[in-house]
Amino acid sequence: MSIRALIVDDSSVMRKIVERSLRQAGIDLSKVFEAGNGAEALAVLAENQVDLILCDINMPVMDGLEFIKRLPGVANAKDVPVVMITTEGSESHVVQALSCGARGYIRKPFTPEQVKEHVVPLLGGKS
Amino acid sequence: MKSANELHAANGSHETWIPLLEMATREVFELMLSCQLTVPATAEETIPEVTAMVGLAGQLCGVLSVRCTRKAAALMVSKMLGVELDKAGPEVSDALGEVCNMVAGNFKNKIAGLAEGCMLSPPTVITGSDYNLHSHADSPALEVRLLFESMPILISLLIQS
Repeated sequence: MSIRALIVDDSSVMRKIVERSLRQAGIDLSKVFEAGNGAEALAVLAENQVDLILCDINMPVMDGLEFIKRLPGVANAKDVPVVMITTEGSESHVVQALSCGARGYIRKPFTPEQVKEHVVPLLGGKS
Repeated sequence: MKSANELHAANGSHETWIPLLEMATREVFELMLSCQLTVPATAEETIPEVTAMVGLAGQLCGVLSVRCTRKAAALMVSKMLGVELDKAGPEVSDALGEVCNMVAGNFKNKIAGLAEGCMLSPPTVITGSDYNLHSHADSPALEVRLLFESMPILISLLIQS
């Protein structure tokens, strides 16, 4: 079964790298949505159902933590796993992200193997 | 005895951070570009054509920059995205900014206290070489010179104490 992923990062290069890493991890992507910040991501989710969200923290307009705090109120994001991918490596950021609802946390720089390790278990066989 | 990765070097300078800056840079290139950086045989001057900068604020204030030629920056895009070199042009600034951002983040995560106490700005990228960078740094820049596919890159950290 293939999945629909939403990748949220203010760098278009990083969004492409994350998508490439997902494919290299063997994840079958039927559709990839992109957003440059949390507000754009909420707009994507207003119109589209996804199976996985990968999200940066430091972004303009609406950062990643604020974005995931709002996800419980978004019908299309119900029970969708969120994995943070960020340069912020402090324990407080990890704890904060997990307490806001993130299910995984990957520090940049990262390898496709790390993406696989953190993402595949969250997909429940969908990949 | 203080270790090299404590927030302030024992002698008041930050020269002990240079190996950490080099390590942080090498790791970014190894993990994200599958590329081993090498040390140049000579410290010859190069004229940078693309400069990416990330500001640091908090317990450590300063500017970290990555400078290289346009050809080197385009090759970074090619390796990061797996695209042909001639298709790398539009992404050069974004890619070098992200490299700089990851080097800065990886560097601060290696120093006790900085991961929590230091914030990074979004990257800024300058194209061209005819500029002067003025900062409030009050100590000489920490510099690391490395070769990326035989092309020089210069990583510099200006610190304002």
